[in-house]
Order: sequence, then C-alpha cells, then structure tokens
Amino acid sequence: MATLTGVLARPTSHTGVWSWITTVDHKRIGILYGFTSFFMLLVAGAEAGVMRAQLATAESDLVSPYVFNQMFTMHATAMVFNVIMPLSASFFNLIVPLAIGARDVAFPRLNALSYWLFLFGTLLLHAGFLQNQAPDAGWFSYASLTEKPYSANAGMDFWSLGLLVLGTSSVAAALNFVVTIINMRAPGMSLMRMPVFIWMTLITSILLILAFPVITVGLIELTMDRNFGTHFFMPQGGGDPLLWQHLFWVFGHPEVYILILPPMGVVSEILPTFSKKPLFGYPFIIWSGITIGVMSWAVWSHHMFTVGLGPVANSVFTITTMLIAVPTGVKIFNWIGTMWGGAIEFKTPMLFSIGFIALFIIGGLSGISHAVAPADNQQQDTYYIVAHIHYVLFGGSIFGIFAGIYYWGPKFTGRILGEGLGKLHFWLLFIGMNLTFFPMHYVGLNGMPRRTFTYTDESGFQLLNSLSSLGYIVLFIAFVIFIINFLRSSKKEPDAGHDPWDAPGIEWSISSPPPEYNFAEIPQVEGRDHYWIVKEKAREAGQESPAEAHVDIRTIHMPSPSYWPIIIAFGVTWIAGGLLTHYALSFVGGAIAFIGVIGWGNEPATAESEH
Amino acid sequence: MAHAVEPAHHTEVEHTTTGLNHRKLMMWVFLGSDCMFFGTLIATYMVYRGQSLNGPYPIDIINVPITTISTFVLLCSSFSMVQALAATNANDQRGIRLWLLATAFLGAIFIGFQVVEFNQFKNEGLTLGTNLFGASFFTLTGFHGAHVTLGIIWLLAMYILALKGRVGPSTSLDIELLGLYWHFVDIVWIVIFTLLYLIAGFDAGPSPAGG
Repeated sequence: MATLTGVLARPTSHTGVWSWITTVDHKRIGILYGFTSFFMLLVAGAEAGVMRAQLATAESDLVSPYVFNQMFTMHATAMVFNVIMPLSASFFNLIVPLAIGARDVAFPRLNALSYWLFLFGTLLLHAGFLQNQAPDAGWFSYASLTEKPYSANAGMDFWSLGLLVLGTSSVAAALNFVVTIINMRAPGMSLMRMPVFIWMTLITSILLILAFPVITVGLIELTMDRNFGTHFFMPQGGGDPLLWQHLFWVFGHPEVYILILPPMGVVSEILPTFSKKPLFGYPFIIWSGITIGVMSWAVWSHHMFTVGLGPVANSVFTITTMLIAVPTGVKIFNWIGTMWGGAIEFKTPMLFSIGFIALFIIGGLSGISHAVAPADNQQQDTYYIVAHIHYVLFGGSIFGIFAGIYYWGPKFTGRILGEGLGKLHFWLLFIGMNLTFFPMHYVGLNGMPRRTFTYTDESGFQLLNSLSSLGYIVLFIAFVIFIINFLRSSKKEPDAGHDPWDAPGIEWSISSPPPEYNFAEIPQVEGRDHYWIVKEKAREAGQESPAEAHVDIRTIHMPSPSYWPIIIAFGVTWIAGGLLTHYALSFVGGAIAFIGVIGWGNEPATAESEH
Repeated sequence: MAHAVEPAHHTEVEHTTTGLNHRKLMMWVFLGSDCMFFGTLIATYMVYRGQSLNGPYPIDIINVPITTISTFVLLCSSFSMVQALAATNANDQRGIRLWLLATAFLGAIFIGFQVVEFNQFKNEGLTLGTNLFGASFFTLTGFHGAHVTLGIIWLLAMYILALKGRVGPSTSLDIELLGLYWHFVDIVWIVIFTLLYLIAGFDAGPSPAGG
C-alpha cells in the first residue's frame, strides 16, 4: 500500500489550479466556499425567478406544475444547504483562525475534505436536472409523498443521497471548528473574551454535530424505503409518515438556528465597530446564544401543529416557542443598546447590519404569530409562512452575510468594495426584499396556499402577486449591482490597508490579505476588544501605530498541501452515486476512499522537505 | 478517522488552550455526534416496537442465549483493548501486537455471530421488507455491525504498523483514540442488547395499545 500511495508526489506548487485543488490553507478554503456558494445563490435565485414569473399572472401556464414543483424544492434545498450554510462556513473558515489568533484550523486537511464533500454533494444533489428528474417533493420532503409509489423517478434519491454527502461535510467541518475554537485560542483569550462571532460559530457547530445525525438516520431510512423494501414511512407496511416529520424537524429546528446564529454573530462584530463603542451587554448576548442553542431542541413540533398531536403537545410547543423568542429579543435590545449614543458611521456594512435588525424583527414577530397553535392552523401551508421564512432567512441571514462580505471582504482582497454602489445595493435589496415578501403576508392570510403552481382569477391574489414579482426584478438588479461592485473593486489598486474600519478584532492587526501563516507572532490577548486596547495604548505612548513583531518567518511551519482530501471526497460521493446507478460503482467509490484514507494516514501533515 | 492512523512525526508537544490534544478532543465530540446517530436509530426501533402488522415477531426468532455469548465476546474485546493501550505505554512490542490482534479477533467473532444470526432470521422469513420489526432491527444492528467492522479494519491497520515497529509510547495517542472508539461501540451494544434482546426480545404480535 505504501508504494501505491507513494506514487503521488507531494504537491508543492503555491500558485495555479493545482495549488487550489490541494490547498489546506483555511483562507483559500474559505474563498472556495464563498465563491461556490455565491454561485449556488445565483442558481437558486434563478429558480425563484421561474416561480415569480409563473405566479406574476393568474392562471399562467408558463411552466408545468411538475417544473414548478422542482423549482420550489430545489430553490429551498439549495438556499439552505448550498447557500446559507456554506456561506456561513466560508466566514468560519476565513475569520475563525484570524479572530482567535491562530495560524490555521486544528485539522487543515479535514477542512479541505469538508469543502470537497460540499462541492461534490452539491453536484450530486443537482445531478437530477441532467435527467429531468430533479427532486420535487418540497424541501422538507414529507413522507409518504417521497416514497417510491408516489415519487417514482430518481429525484428523491438524488435529494436524500446528496444531503447525506452534504451532511458528512457539515459535521466534519463543525468538528474542526469546535476543536479549533476550544483549543487554539491565543494566550489571554478566555471564553468570555472571544468575539461574539466566534461564540456563535461554536454554538452553531455544536448544533450541527448533534442535529445532523438525526436527519442522517431519516435520510437513510428514506433511502432504504425507496430502494431496499422497508416501510419506515409507509402506512401500507405499518410505518408512520409522522416519524419522518419528527426526525426532519428535530433536525430542522436546530437547523434554523444554524442558519441565523452566524449572521447574528457577524452583525454583533459590525455594530460596535461602526458605533465606536463596545458591544452592549456582551455576556447577555453570549448566554442568549447558548440558551437559543439549547432551546432549539425543544420547539420542533411547532412545525407540526396541524397534524393532530393533541392539545397537550400543541400547548407545550406553543409555550416553548414563545419562550425561545425571549433570548432572541434580548439580542435585539442589546444591538440597539450598542448603537444607542454611539458615534454611528453609516458605512455599507453598518447599513446591512441595521437592515438585518429591522427585517429580522418583522420576521420574528410573524414567527411569534405562528407559535400560537390556533392561529397557526390558519397560517399553515400558506404564503404567510413563506413571508416569515424569507424575512428571517433573506432579511436576516442574507443581509447579515452581505454585511460580513462588505466588512471582512477587504481583509482578504485588500480592496474596499465601492461605498456608492454598496449603498445602492443595500437600498435596492432592502426595497426589493420588502416588495417581494411583504405582500405575501396578505395573500397568505387570505388563504393562498404555498407550493401551488397557480391561482385563479377570482381569488383576488393577482395584484399582490404581481407586486411580489416586480420585487424580484428589483432584487435581481440589486444582485447585478453587487457583482459589478465586486468586479470593479477587484480591478483597482489595493486601498484597504490592514485596518480600514478602526475595528476591535485581532484579525485587523495583520496585513490585508493576511500572510499564509496569519500571525508572525501569536498575539497576547489583552481584553475583549483586543485591537482597540492595543491601539489606545499605542496612542497614549505617542506611537503612530502599534509596534510590528519581528519574527523570522522561516521558523514557521505551515501544513503542506495534499491530494488526499479531494480523492477521499470523490470516493465518498461515488459510494452515494453508485446507489443511484450501479452498486458496483459504490464499491469502486469505497475503494478510492479507502486508498485515500491510507494515503492520508501515511502522509505527515507537514512535508519533510519543508522542515 | 484517517488522521488517527497517522504516526506521530512531530515529537514536540503541541500547545493547546485546554491542554487536551486536538485529536482527542475531536474524538470525544465525534462520539457525541455518533450518540445522536444511534440514539435516533434506537428511537425508531422503540417507536415501532409492537407496531408490526405481521410476523415473525421478536419472540419467534430472537435468540437471547446465543447473543449473550456474542455480547460476552464483545465485552472481552474491551478488556484486550485496554491491555493493548497498556502495552503501548509500556513499549511492550510483543504485547502490542498480541492485544491488538486479540481485539480484532474478538470483534471478528462478534461479527461472525451477527452474520449467522442475520442468515438465520432471513431463513425464518424476516427481512428488511417483512415488517417494521425487521426494518428497524436490521438497520440498527446493521449499522452497529458496520461500526464494529470499521473498528476491526482500524485495529488491523494499527497491527500492521505495530509489525513495522511504528507503535510505541510516542504514538500511544493513536491507540488511545482507537480505544475510545472501540469502547464506545461496545457501550452502544450494551444498550442495544438490553433494549432489543432482554426487554423487547420477548414481544409477541402487535401490541393492543399500538396505533
């Protein structure tokens, strides 16, 4: 075996395509995550465009119901698993080691493996489009619609196997970040000195690690029902479709917080920077985040108020759902408290953060209204729910992510995104978002069902639906402006400097873009807003800027690039792909992964030649 | 688990915030994740207990005495695993090889019992598609068996390294992580044996309260 795995010489190039394929550098992996998931954002956004075009007029026959079903299923699945989660993962990769004063993550090669599994899982999930067999049973894929008799083509197999691969990727990445955050903090950075974004990453990672196994089992059971003759979710064989709903939402509700906690962390970094004062009530924000993480396990059945769990279950979940709004409200008040009396600079990242708070409050309030089980009976499966999730996931997560892109982008490109276009982007996104989703509250409460490909003329839904479709056009223009802004800024000379915002985080003390090893000298953390403290001390001592460390960088050993992560990810994806095509391919995939594991095991993390 | 097979080329002690090794910390967190995995499979089994529409039911085919023997074998393998770690720390090369191989052998006997049991059940008419009992039983015990099999492969990989003299006190963490995994898989089996064999193994027919 040693000879077999020795055939591949250690990759050594630091530029070119191969250097990206074999990279184990957290910054490069973060950039790969970012571009891949932004591309998926455009794909999923185009799918939304098909839906809005179809719904713009009553009784339209632009697309068939079958295509419409594929569009809403893949739009939602991709937005959750291929866009918001990996965009957060991109920030975890880019920011976590920099913000805790580390040179890389705990397991650099495992980090690369997570990315390649994410990429291949995404491709597998979307491969159904090639055969016109994309998944079409909704993003939560309720049994027994997903079973073979009712979804005969391979769409649901692409869905379940793709998500299994993506789940493996997420858990591997989450394990990495838990260990990195707990174990690789710079000296002086106690838990209660960690930036809020790092705390939210830690909580999110723990939720991922504990929640994904639950959906993994559900997906395995679904795959077995469809391919190996079991009846886990089929009433014909005594199975209970409700078990799928429980498994899905026991995972699904922590998942909701997996999607929103990282953007909450992002805005918690940005608000103090542009208010020029420390975060208000730091411990309250941290403990609220922890409370949300724990309580997210006790609210899942509020997705199931109408299935008939009985008054006791409905009452309990009504109460727990209302309670989980409390720590969320605490955070909102703390953010407002941070801005209160601050010297606020309305730069683009700040605008997106304030937009996040405003839109998230609206989404939170409609969320409270579904928490009341009797009211939810009216709202279930209507556009009111669609309005709610878009206010929390678009108004919340996407706005938070854009805030982060404008804020941290200069750290990695060395260039500040244009302020003028940035503000235009913000306002178009803000207006377009409200124009698209606010009318959905009304059509929803008036009874327009979601996941239905059209509506009648007499329903009276025409006007509001046309407004929503108009809003989509505004959103489309907003995205075009963002892309233009990004391309334009990438052509200009680096202008960001190492600290464009006078920010408090450690990551701003090093050059933009950071060197491969991040920190020449690992910083000694002096407080919660470390870099503010350092800068203040330098000012008092009459220095222009804090003293630079002088370290011979040749003494720093970084992990070497490796082929094995992409090889293992390729093999693992074929194990899943083989179940769709021919089982023999699964064994080939297994063999590739096995060889990859042995190669990985025999390869030292840092190549001998670089010692 | 690949990184655990990695021999320690770096002899310098890595600095960590907690003092815990990265890999050890990750192993514990991973086991927490695996707890949720088995917990969900066990929950599926318990939810569907007594819900099968037709036989064979557990009392018709579950053989508690035979499985008691294989359970005993698996528990013994935890003892040999502990011995393997002790031998590693003591740099007893012969002991390392002996106890690693013994652990793999005991694990293989357990898997052998499982193969025979699955075959017997199949011959008596219980398959994945027969009823909910078959589906949830084979899925849960099958995934446990897969975990044991992975552990055996891991043990054999370490045994091959031991033959080359690459296992010793400086790499004892590799054996310790393998041990953590192995003991975890054993503990899961104790839960499965108790629930599926000792408690639910005598279930006969659909429970009247079911539905």
